[in-house]
Amino acid sequence: MRLSKSWVIALKDFKVFRRKKNVIYSIIAFPLIISIIIPIVVEYAGHRNGASGIPAAQLLVLLPAFIFYFLIIAAYLPTPIASYSLVGEKVEKSLEPLLATPTTDDEILLGKGIAAFLPPLGAALGGATIFMVLIDLVTFDKLGYYYFPDWNTGVVLLLMVPLAAIMSVEVNVIISSRVSDVRAAQQLGVLMVLPFAGIYVAGELNIIPLSSTNNLLIISGVLLAADLLLLYVARATFRREEILTKWK
Amino acid sequence: MIETENLTKKFGDLTAVDGITLKVEEGEVFGFLGPNGAGKTTTVRMLCCLISKTSGEARIAGYEVGKDADSLKIRKLIGLVPDNVGLYDDLSAYENLDFYGKLYDCTEAQRKENIQRFLTMLGLLEKKDVAAGTFSKGMKQKLAIARALIHDPQVLFMDEPTVNLDPESSKTVRDFILDLKKEKRTIFLNTHNLDEAQRVCDKIAILNTKLMVMGTPEELERSVSGRKTVIQVEKASDAIQAALRKLPLGNMVIDGNRLTIDVTDPEKENATVVDAIVRAGGHVQSVTVVGSTLEDAYLKLVRQAK
Repeated sequence: MRLSKSWVIALKDFKVFRRKKNVIYSIIAFPLIISIIIPIVVEYAGHRNGASGIPAAQLLVLLPAFIFYFLIIAAYLPTPIASYSLVGEKVEKSLEPLLATPTTDDEILLGKGIAAFLPPLGAALGGATIFMVLIDLVTFDKLGYYYFPDWNTGVVLLLMVPLAAIMSVEVNVIISSRVSDVRAAQQLGVLMVLPFAGIYVAGELNIIPLSSTNNLLIISGVLLAADLLLLYVARATFRREEILTKWK
Repeated sequence: MIETENLTKKFGDLTAVDGITLKVEEGEVFGFLGPNGAGKTTTVRMLCCLISKTSGEARIAGYEVGKDADSLKIRKLIGLVPDNVGLYDDLSAYENLDFYGKLYDCTEAQRKENIQRFLTMLGLLEKKDVAAGTFSKGMKQKLAIARALIHDPQVLFMDEPTVNLDPESSKTVRDFILDLKKEKRTIFLNTHNLDEAQRVCDKIAILNTKLMVMGTPEELERSVSGRKTVIQVEKASDAIQAALRKLPLGNMVIDGNRLTIDVTDPEKENATVVDAIVRAGGHVQSVTVVGSTLEDAYLKLVRQAK
């Protein structure tokens, strides 16, 4: 496999996305809003009746949970890009000339994957960085130390977030083979947030304690296994004969 | 340059292409005619290594279609203009071509030169920085042709390149095909347009799942009986009628001073007919060949297949 071919395809997709303002807004707006709104809430909540804001003990419960929002964001963000990248090409019938070039199916799939993976990952990690900096600024007085980053956050952001984004890209490839409308692909793609929302809820209900680094690593392992399985399915789906004769 | 032998494609129980055997020489424009669903696009997709063949053999420039090791080599030396242009509407004409040039491993200098050259030939140079999505159908079709040529392929597959185009755009595309023919490129042209096939093709095959017939346009026209020569004379005298009846011709109908004669090869027989009329003292006012054309040959073969 020649990475240079995949990179050419990814760069072309980046160029196309730059001209689709709705895609750019959906990638930037969501993480940016979360990363700014939560610190504002943390700063100004709990000041009624002369109280001095959220107590430090409560912050220590809330802050690690907030970081999981970025996991959910990472699972959602590839959807608008992947749906344009694959279903959009299918609708515009631009896949056939692309498939007629001397590139392999895997090179095209990887190129599409990079295009759908890197911007959301950058947006999720960028948003998380802004979030951590702002949270540290607004909680330092109460905690007496900078809460972020810590090891668990590192596992979530550097391991679970990329794995969630990869999973989302793979699921979107599979969805793309079955739908012929960008909006339908986006609606189905949004369902990707459900398992990650489930992890968050399970953590909040203490069914899976997410403060344990071991638990986070186990979840990462499960995500990795799921990614590999979905990669197999996505590669089987993204075969030029399938695309030209069976994709709806 | 292109050879197939019993090339067959089945989708489940449906046979889309049934054992076609054909040969296209280097530098030839090969017209592939057939009704909708005849298997033309499926054949092109097989030859472009986009879909697998079920059985049979096909070779392009000596490389075997269907052999994994040869697929990339074949795709590198061919260009494809698919039936749907499939351009990136958000990218400019230049960016569309540049992207494909990169995928074909053209150097930056080659890309610049070829983009300039083909956009100039197709009259799109002034629009090179305009988004392809704003182009008319004809301009998009021309851009799709330029895209297929960006790497200077030896073989060009064109699937219905003039469908849905206005007459002026169709003519530009046809003229461009003739320019490519001068450059000795091999062109495999899928078309419904018989007039277009007759104007640009060296050889024509008619497909209706099976290959019905293959030959030059003239050979195909001749293959269908029923051509007629209509001769207008000053006076269709008895002497003229008697002279013509002595010739080994087909049926003759006389309508006033107009003689309609069934012929098989008008190019040879008309001279004899005119000579006989003149020898019988007649004055020929006009000679017109009517009747069977490539269209007749096409319709006859397609109806026979049904």
